[in-house]
Amino acid sequence: MQLHFDQELTELRETLLRMSALAEESVAGALKALLQRDSGIALALQAEDTELDRMEMEIDERSMSLFALRQPVAKDLRFIAMTMKIGSELERIGDQAVNIARCAEELNREAVLKPMVDIPRMADIARGMIRDSMDSLVYAKPDLARQVIVRDNEVDSLNRQLHRELTSFMIEDPQTITRALNLMSVAHNLERVADHATNIAEEIVYLYEALDIRHSDPL
Amino acid sequence: MNATLPTPVRETTPTTDPALARSSNDRPREGDAHIRTRNLQFFYGVKQALFDISLDIPRRQVTAFIGPSGCGKSTLLRCYNRMNDLIESVVARGEILIDDENIYDSSVDVIALRKKVGMVFQKSNPFPKTIFENVVYGLRISGITDRKTLDEIAERSLQRAALWDEVKDRLDSSGMGLSGGQQQRLCIARAIALEPEIILMDEPCSALDPIATMKIEELIRELKKDYTIVIVTHNMQQAARVSDLTAFFYLGKLVEYDATKRIFTNPANKQTEDYITGRFG
Repeated sequence: MQLHFDQELTELRETLLRMSALAEESVAGALKALLQRDSGIALALQAEDTELDRMEMEIDERSMSLFALRQPVAKDLRFIAMTMKIGSELERIGDQAVNIARCAEELNREAVLKPMVDIPRMADIARGMIRDSMDSLVYAKPDLARQVIVRDNEVDSLNRQLHRELTSFMIEDPQTITRALNLMSVAHNLERVADHATNIAEEIVYLYEALDIRHSDPL
Repeated sequence: MNATLPTPVRETTPTTDPALARSSNDRPREGDAHIRTRNLQFFYGVKQALFDISLDIPRRQVTAFIGPSGCGKSTLLRCYNRMNDLIESVVARGEILIDDENIYDSSVDVIALRKKVGMVFQKSNPFPKTIFENVVYGLRISGITDRKTLDEIAERSLQRAALWDEVKDRLDSSGMGLSGGQQQRLCIARAIALEPEIILMDEPCSALDPIATMKIEELIRELKKDYTIVIVTHNMQQAARVSDLTAFFYLGKLVEYDATKRIFTNPANKQTEDYITGRFG
C-alpha cells in the first residue's frame, strides 16, 4: 500500500534533488563567468541564487509540516532532518557561487594575471563531490558518500598551493594584488563548496547508517 | 531472540548519550534486571501465543511492549503476575524470575505475587465503592483494619497517584463518579496501596482524552523512581514518550528489544522499522 506520507517524502526528495542540480549548475556558471570572462553569466547567477533561497525555505516548510503532522520516526525521521540540513548546505553553495561570480566580474575588467589551472581543477572536484554525494543519496550508497569526504583533502591542498603561488605574485609585483586577492577569494569559495559537499556526504552517511561520522575519520 | 540488558545489536561510534551507549562498558550489570524471562513458551490450549521469549526488564525503569494486535505483548505482560492462570487450559513453559524467584514455581503464593506485581488495565475498573474503600480494598482483604493505618496509606497512595488534591474532600463519594482519567489514577492508587515493586499497565490510556493521558504519562515518570513499570501500548508516540526500553513483538516472538531512543531513531530490525513507521505488511 502506497502511503500518502510516502508521497510527501517523495516530493521532498524531488525538491532536494532539483535544488542540488541547481546548486551545482550555479558553481559551473560562476566558473564559466571566470574562465570565459563573461560578466553576463555572473548576473544570471543572481536569479539562480534567489531560486535556491526559495527552495531552501520550501524544504524547511515541508519538513516542519511533516514533523508536526506525521511525527516521523527511525529512517523517516533521519531523512527529513537530514533533508533540512542538506537544503541549507545547498543554499550556502549557491551563495559561494555568487561570491565567485562577483570576483569574476572584477577580474574580467582587468588583464589576465595567470593561466587558470588549479581553479578549474578545484571546481571540477568540488562539483563532482556535490554530484556524488547526491548520487549516494539517490542510490542509497553511503560508501560513495564516504569517498566524497576523502576528496575534500585534494581541494584543500590545491587551495593552499594556489595561496602560496598568489602570495609570491603579490610580493613580486604589487600591481597584481587586487587580482591575486580576487583569485584567492575564488579559491577560498571553491574550498568552501567542497566543505559543504563534505557536510552533505556526512549527512547522507547518517541518513543511511544512523552513524554520526562528523569530526572523525570517514573510512 | 535472547535479550539481556540492553541488546548489543551492532557496533556504532561512541555517543555521549548513555541511553544510546552500546559499548560493553556501558551495559547495565546483569544484577540490574528485575524481571528475567527465560525461554518462555505460552499456549492457549493448542494455540501457541509466545515463542521462546527471553528478555530482562530493568529495575525502576519503564519498559514498553509494542506490536500489532495478537502479537503476544499483553499475554506476556499478564504472565508477570500470573493473571493468565485465570484462563482455562493455558500452559506456560520456561522461566520468569522476579528477584531470582521463578514465579511459575509450584511453591509460589500467587496472591503474594500479585501484591508484589500490581496491575492497571485498559479500562479503569473501580469497585462500586467509595474512593477511600477502593484504595484500601486490597489492604482490607489482606487483614489490615486499623483505621489510622488505612487513612495514612490511602492518603499516601492517592498522593503518589497524583489524585489526592482532586479527591481529598470527597473520599466518601463513589469511585464510579470520577472522570475516566481520575478513575484510572484511582486504580493506580489502589495498586500502589499494596506497596508493589512492579506495576504492569495494559494500555492504561487507550480510553482517555489527551489531557488525562498526559497526566497518566507524567505519573508514570514519577512512579518509575520507586517502581519497575512495564507498559503495553498501541500508541507508539506514548511508548516513545514514557519508556526507557522498548520491546517489539510480532506473531508471538520478540523481534527487537533496545533503548527506546534507539528503537525510534535507528531500529536494527526491518520489521520493527516497518511497524513504527506505519508501513507494516
